[in-house]
Amino acid sequence: MAFWTSRRSLLAGAGGLTASASLAGCANGRIVGFDKARRSLDIANSSEPLSLDPHKASGSWENNILGNMFIGLTTEDGQARPVPGMAERWEVSDDGLTWTFSLRRATWSDGEACDAHDFEYAFRRILNPENLAEYASILYVIKNAQAVNAGELPPERVGVRAIDDLTLEIQVEHPAPYLPQILKHYTAYPVPKHVVEEHGDDWVHPDNIVVNGPFKLLRWWSNYIVHLDRNPSFFDNENVVLEHLYFYPANDVNAAARKVMSREAGWSTRFPSNQVAQLRTALPGFVRVAPYLTVNYFSFNLTRPPFNDVRVRQALAMAYDREFVASQIYKTGERPAYAFVAPGIADYPGTARYRWADTPVEERKREAERLLRAAGFGPNNPLRFAFSHRNTSDNPRVAVVAQNDWRSIAPWVIVELQGVETQVHYANLRAKNFEVGDGGWIADYNDAKTYLYLMETRTGPQNYPGYSNAEYDRLMHESDFVVDAAERAAMMLQAEQLMLDEAPICTSVVINSLNLVHPDLTGFEDNLEDIHRARWFGIKA
Amino acid sequence: MLAQAIRRLIFAVPTLLAIVAAAFVLMHAAPGGPFTKERQMPPEIERRLVEKYGLDLPVEQQLLNYLGDLARGDLGPSMTYKDKDVLDIIAEGAPTSAILGLSAMALALLVGGALGVMAALRQNRAQDYAVMALAIAGVCLPPLVVGPIMQLFFGVQWGLLPSQGLHRDEFGLVYLLLPVVTLALPLIAIVSRLMRASMIEALRSNAIRTARAKGLPEAQVVLRHALPIALLPIVSYAGPALAGVMAGSFVIETVFQLPGVGKQFVLAAQQRDYTLVMGVVLMYSFLIIMLNLAADLLYRVLDPRSRTA
Repeated sequence: MAFWTSRRSLLAGAGGLTASASLAGCANGRIVGFDKARRSLDIANSSEPLSLDPHKASGSWENNILGNMFIGLTTEDGQARPVPGMAERWEVSDDGLTWTFSLRRATWSDGEACDAHDFEYAFRRILNPENLAEYASILYVIKNAQAVNAGELPPERVGVRAIDDLTLEIQVEHPAPYLPQILKHYTAYPVPKHVVEEHGDDWVHPDNIVVNGPFKLLRWWSNYIVHLDRNPSFFDNENVVLEHLYFYPANDVNAAARKVMSREAGWSTRFPSNQVAQLRTALPGFVRVAPYLTVNYFSFNLTRPPFNDVRVRQALAMAYDREFVASQIYKTGERPAYAFVAPGIADYPGTARYRWADTPVEERKREAERLLRAAGFGPNNPLRFAFSHRNTSDNPRVAVVAQNDWRSIAPWVIVELQGVETQVHYANLRAKNFEVGDGGWIADYNDAKTYLYLMETRTGPQNYPGYSNAEYDRLMHESDFVVDAAERAAMMLQAEQLMLDEAPICTSVVINSLNLVHPDLTGFEDNLEDIHRARWFGIKA
Repeated sequence: MLAQAIRRLIFAVPTLLAIVAAAFVLMHAAPGGPFTKERQMPPEIERRLVEKYGLDLPVEQQLLNYLGDLARGDLGPSMTYKDKDVLDIIAEGAPTSAILGLSAMALALLVGGALGVMAALRQNRAQDYAVMALAIAGVCLPPLVVGPIMQLFFGVQWGLLPSQGLHRDEFGLVYLLLPVVTLALPLIAIVSRLMRASMIEALRSNAIRTARAKGLPEAQVVLRHALPIALLPIVSYAGPALAGVMAGSFVIETVFQLPGVGKQFVLAAQQRDYTLVMGVVLMYSFLIIMLNLAADLLYRVLDPRSRTA
């Protein structure tokens, strides 16, 4: 860090202090969170972005902001389905390995052309390990991407090539019909080559940044506000209605709801599930509950006894009463999960289930006891283990239910609960330093693979249970090379069923997305990915 | 007086060093690290990140490097914010925290002081009991409870005052009203109790008996003679307390969604943003040392006895 930057920021801080006095006069009116006259929307976003560089972001709350600033080759419609973005159309070669995208003529917000070269530059940049992009693995389907990201090949070898200004060719490692799903993800956004080359990593500073999306960054006040204004040079600017967007990091979910109740925010990306009844009364028309591609599940640590025994795992997975958790702990219609892949995911039948899913839970508990006895446990050899869970939101209450269900199998099942700070919890899971641990998975893209790859041997530390099955790995690997969507899905389905039969995980519930949205804000459509771009928003008169 | 101030400042350096070292070691001893997240990053990226921030070195070496940077006035880049430096983040949060803290302390000294004096002058009468009851309530009700209640009534129910933030990215002073009052309530409670006790003691002192014997009017006795003596414990309380509120109140800044340093500090600790935590610790300790010094100097002005020492 150069000294001048720090001095500059100190001066800016001091300047802010002086400016505050002069601004005070005009800034004392109350905020209207959804101001129809100003066409502005204040948004209680779930957390603070840690970067506004699409190559360095890694959270859905960052996505909420970034997706309004940048447009990838494809982009989301109101339903979060991939639709043409910067690419007007594309063709796939017969072997499914080469995709050719025809780009629209468009510019960055500084008037420079945003073309295929910016995309080529962006893919090379994010996959170059020197740039420390944490989320580049989403793009590993692109040819050579993983090798480049591991530092084994130079960035120029990434399978993305600008054929001319408006034609981009992407080669993939194996047929990937879900590529348009991935290309709408923020890791696949273009970056302005000319600005990044001039400013380096400082290009995202509000003074330097240029965007190709509907809104541009005006100010980012750490852990307080991100202010975006409409970008008049956006290619579809004529159809954008809103002028200003303000994102607040509402880490406290109750404060987020209060912000909407006091009408200081027009949209909150979440609300406390246990207050849904009161919110429905206090804010008629605001509450939006929708299925979401997120599954909570518990991992058994297969690398140590007793969880290397499938009977123990099945017994515990069986005895856990998902229906109770889904209906009594969560209050917003969450569904019990009897499979790992979230229901509703694209091009996937989703019919794999635990084979005992339809058996009543009391009967399952008796079967669980039989299994545990068969595994050698009993009054003289009690099954004793610790269940570690995250200490956040509803997780501790879910853990108590799980503990109770497992203890009710037999008096000799002894479960100790360990609430752990989230960050530490994931470090423990990764290091296999746990016995049974909870977790959740939000789909990165709308395809079953985003879940199923987690249980592959090659996934390594993030395969929390340490599950390894040659047949599973083979099915997953071979499904990558199947061009026919139905055939591919059938293979993944077979893998999922195989995995569920061995129960390395105990699935818990399918989470819903919870939003509070001003009823006069049009264009906000409930969708599986919980992605809502302000580009589609309008105002009901 | 100047010599003493300089001496104190010189002693402050080893104190700061000790604080930095202790905080640094404690921070690194906490489990987890800035790069453990829900989703794992590729091993190559993690390796390079760890290397970039020197987290692969032994802690002593990291500490030495940090102190070296510090000597050059460099607080380093934030470890969780990818595009921000620690100094940037502190500079963004400091004005709000400072205004909040200073206003709350000023309010507390004025209101708490006045209440305390009143209670002392009406000792064991209704007014005294009322003030003390208020003080107990003020201490017992934490801002975590008072803040949301104030928001609910003034902001949501009655709609009188803005309840969150600072008017987007502008700086609306009215927005600070509720947080300042919330932050000041416990301070008022403490100040009024301190003031009452020390005022009662001062009124019983020989100096005051002499003043009264001279036939000075009561107002003059209280304001000119008793008050300066009675203020001494307040001054020694207010110095460090001011540092505390100016360095940012996590609860207030979270409840009222204000962009202060306190909120950053707690978030940084949770996310193991070592450099940002160290930066705020440093700022806080520096403030404490400076304000303690200021309190001591003020002491000398108020209390003639300490000047001869």
